[in-house]
Amino acid sequence: MPESGKQIIRVKDLNKSFSGIKALDSIQFDLYPGEVHALMGENGAGKSTFMKILMGLILPDSGSINFNGELIENMDVHKMLQKGISMIHQEILMVPELTVAQNIFLGREFKGRVWVDEHQIDQQSQELLNLIGLDLNVKTKAKQLSIAQMQLIEIAKAISNHAKVIIMDEPSSALSAKECELLFKIIKDLKSKGVAIIYISHKLEEIFRIADRITVLRDGKYITTKNTNELDKNSLISLMVGREIENLFDSDSRVPGNVILEVKGLTKKGKFEHIKFQVHAREVLGIAGLMGAGRTEIARAIFGLDKIDSGEILLKGHKIEIRSPKDAIEQGIVYVSEDRKALGFIPELSVIENITLSNLKNFSKRGFIQTKKETKVSSQMVDDLKIKAAGLKQKVINLSGGNQQKIVIAKALLTSPALLILDEPTRGIDIGAKHEIYKLINQLANNGLAVIIISSELPEILGMSDRILVLSKGKQTAILNKQEASQEKIMHYAIH
Amino acid sequence: MQYINNIRQYGLLIVFGIICLIISLITPQFLTISNLTIIVTQVSINALLAFGVTFVIITGGIDLSLGSIVAVSGVTSAMLAHPDSYPVLIPIIMGLLAGLLMGAFNGFIITKSKIAPFIVTLGTMTIGRGLALILSDGRPVSNLSDSFNYLGSGTVLGIPVLILIFILVFALCSIILSKTILGRYIYAIGGNEQAARASGINIDRVKLSVYSISGLLAGLAGILLASRITTGQPNAGAGFELDAIAAVVIGGTSTAGGRGTMTGTLIGVLLIGVINNGLDLLNVTSYYQQVVMGIIIIGAVVLDSLNQKSTS
Repeated sequence: MPESGKQIIRVKDLNKSFSGIKALDSIQFDLYPGEVHALMGENGAGKSTFMKILMGLILPDSGSINFNGELIENMDVHKMLQKGISMIHQEILMVPELTVAQNIFLGREFKGRVWVDEHQIDQQSQELLNLIGLDLNVKTKAKQLSIAQMQLIEIAKAISNHAKVIIMDEPSSALSAKECELLFKIIKDLKSKGVAIIYISHKLEEIFRIADRITVLRDGKYITTKNTNELDKNSLISLMVGREIENLFDSDSRVPGNVILEVKGLTKKGKFEHIKFQVHAREVLGIAGLMGAGRTEIARAIFGLDKIDSGEILLKGHKIEIRSPKDAIEQGIVYVSEDRKALGFIPELSVIENITLSNLKNFSKRGFIQTKKETKVSSQMVDDLKIKAAGLKQKVINLSGGNQQKIVIAKALLTSPALLILDEPTRGIDIGAKHEIYKLINQLANNGLAVIIISSELPEILGMSDRILVLSKGKQTAILNKQEASQEKIMHYAIH
Repeated sequence: MQYINNIRQYGLLIVFGIICLIISLITPQFLTISNLTIIVTQVSINALLAFGVTFVIITGGIDLSLGSIVAVSGVTSAMLAHPDSYPVLIPIIMGLLAGLLMGAFNGFIITKSKIAPFIVTLGTMTIGRGLALILSDGRPVSNLSDSFNYLGSGTVLGIPVLILIFILVFALCSIILSKTILGRYIYAIGGNEQAARASGINIDRVKLSVYSISGLLAGLAGILLASRITTGQPNAGAGFELDAIAAVVIGGTSTAGGRGTMTGTLIGVLLIGVINNGLDLLNVTSYYQQVVMGIIIIGAVVLDSLNQKSTS
């Protein structure tokens, strides 16, 4: 919408390389006050690197950045904060033992005569929360907050910093539909006050709803900037991935085989009760439900991460006892967590070391690791799953989210499981990697694996599952066949 | 990962080389076979403790009981090493066993109670000191057999037994850490314990192993120290754990866990030895030596963290 008013940020020919690899290649970008400017691209396209440069966390190799018409040199975090650039991070850092108010004003406390003026902090925080419409006591400790609440509080903090530019990195990934509405309302208010917003999200619906302009990056290169109304979903996707993706799910029809897993009367008090279902070989069972319905808890229990109070788990018709993930993996059950960072991979270990971690016994003799065998099998996995890494020895922490997820799946597959449980397998992953993961899941199911997919995204559940188990507040409310299932039906049972 | 570690170790190695060069330029006695032998012999006890605690620190833990284990094992072995009592193997085995048991005790309490290793091993440190005093009745245990004393002061083919043990233990620890499943699991647990558990690793067993290894090597150090000073001293080893931890940290191992190497620890141990020796040769009093050592520990960590920033 390059309209009246001058740009608040203008970036020209920005370049950045990491150990010889170009992460950003001649990036162009501009931002006007009161504008929501979406930054789109697959994981690894360079969005994060670009944002880190804007935040002053890393320095560019060349190129210029103008802020309010002034050329900025030797940027650092402090300077950029002072200029009025704030970022709402994907992972939120709050001090758990401090209150909401203390967190908002952390490092900027009002001084009383001797002590910190808690009263004023509370009062101002309350005003901020009222401003964004978040109904919460400012004396609540941060550890009691949901991720959604923290996210909104981060925005309040940015406002209190008099931010002129707010960068939002996947702000809606942990929000419910209702909370998203609140977020969009806040964004609208910010816009009317002339605050510019750089918005990063993988959810295309959101982008088309709130963005004024869209800039697309691909493989570190600047592709284009367009007004939102000049694009539609398909044209945006093809700009991002550089090719057309026709059918995101391309699921085939399969004939399920024998029962692999059966659970009866599975109960964990306060989490879920009387859960009863079967999963067959060559079948994908979707588990749907609202947040807090008990989806992840059931998966964790089956995998031995949490204890159950009562109920039976049968694998291929035999009752099994699972006390730890180790037991589960030995029995042929493997779980890919929704929380990749916490439960998925070891950041400091390499691609190889992560891939073989669950199955090292097969790559060793008398306790000694057989590096050659390990490397061979890992590199095969990397090829099969199209994992993009600088090398097998690269640390996993340096990979993009989609590739990290593939590493976790590769590790799970190497245990030769009979049942694969995937919890939010494509959360925070770009559309290209998503497509590849869907293809992989279909291929695995077709080859005889029993798969459980847990997801908050209904299109994903509907597109991937042969049958769908719906949960509501810890209770099982329906098992739907692919033919009878629809978004409306699932929602109906989910709020049962 | 290996690549990055190599760069970091070269950095440390260069610093080590420069310090050696400076000292040898100032004092000609430094670069003589006899002086170098003295240095290695002097650091060998600390080296054994440092190698053991490297495993512990990479898992994200800490072991403060090492010094006390040295005392318990020293007293235990000395009490069984009087001339004409038992064959020399008996005091050695019992000393090692004492260390192993105390280490296993640490590991058991840490895994079962989920109490922080800092607290548990602080407790064991006090318990161990008490045990050493109880066993010896508070008095040094002397009058030890020649064959026992040979361990600490004897030579094989002109090389001190201490140095041979030092090299052997380094090789073993290095192999365990870099070539075995246990080593890989140690890094995994230190890097992300929850993810390691979800990957099917038996966390408790690995932790029990590292604290046991740490205790066992402290036991070995205790025997060698008793043999070297020909006495089982109940007050021996006080503060040794801190010297060992210092060497590990100087060697680039992260106290947050998940990162570090045995070679780094080796260089850390030698660096401490060389600097102490150099200051001795320069007639710097031991009061100043302590100040210098403290500065070096902090400096090494600062350098390391700068290094981390530039590579990430």
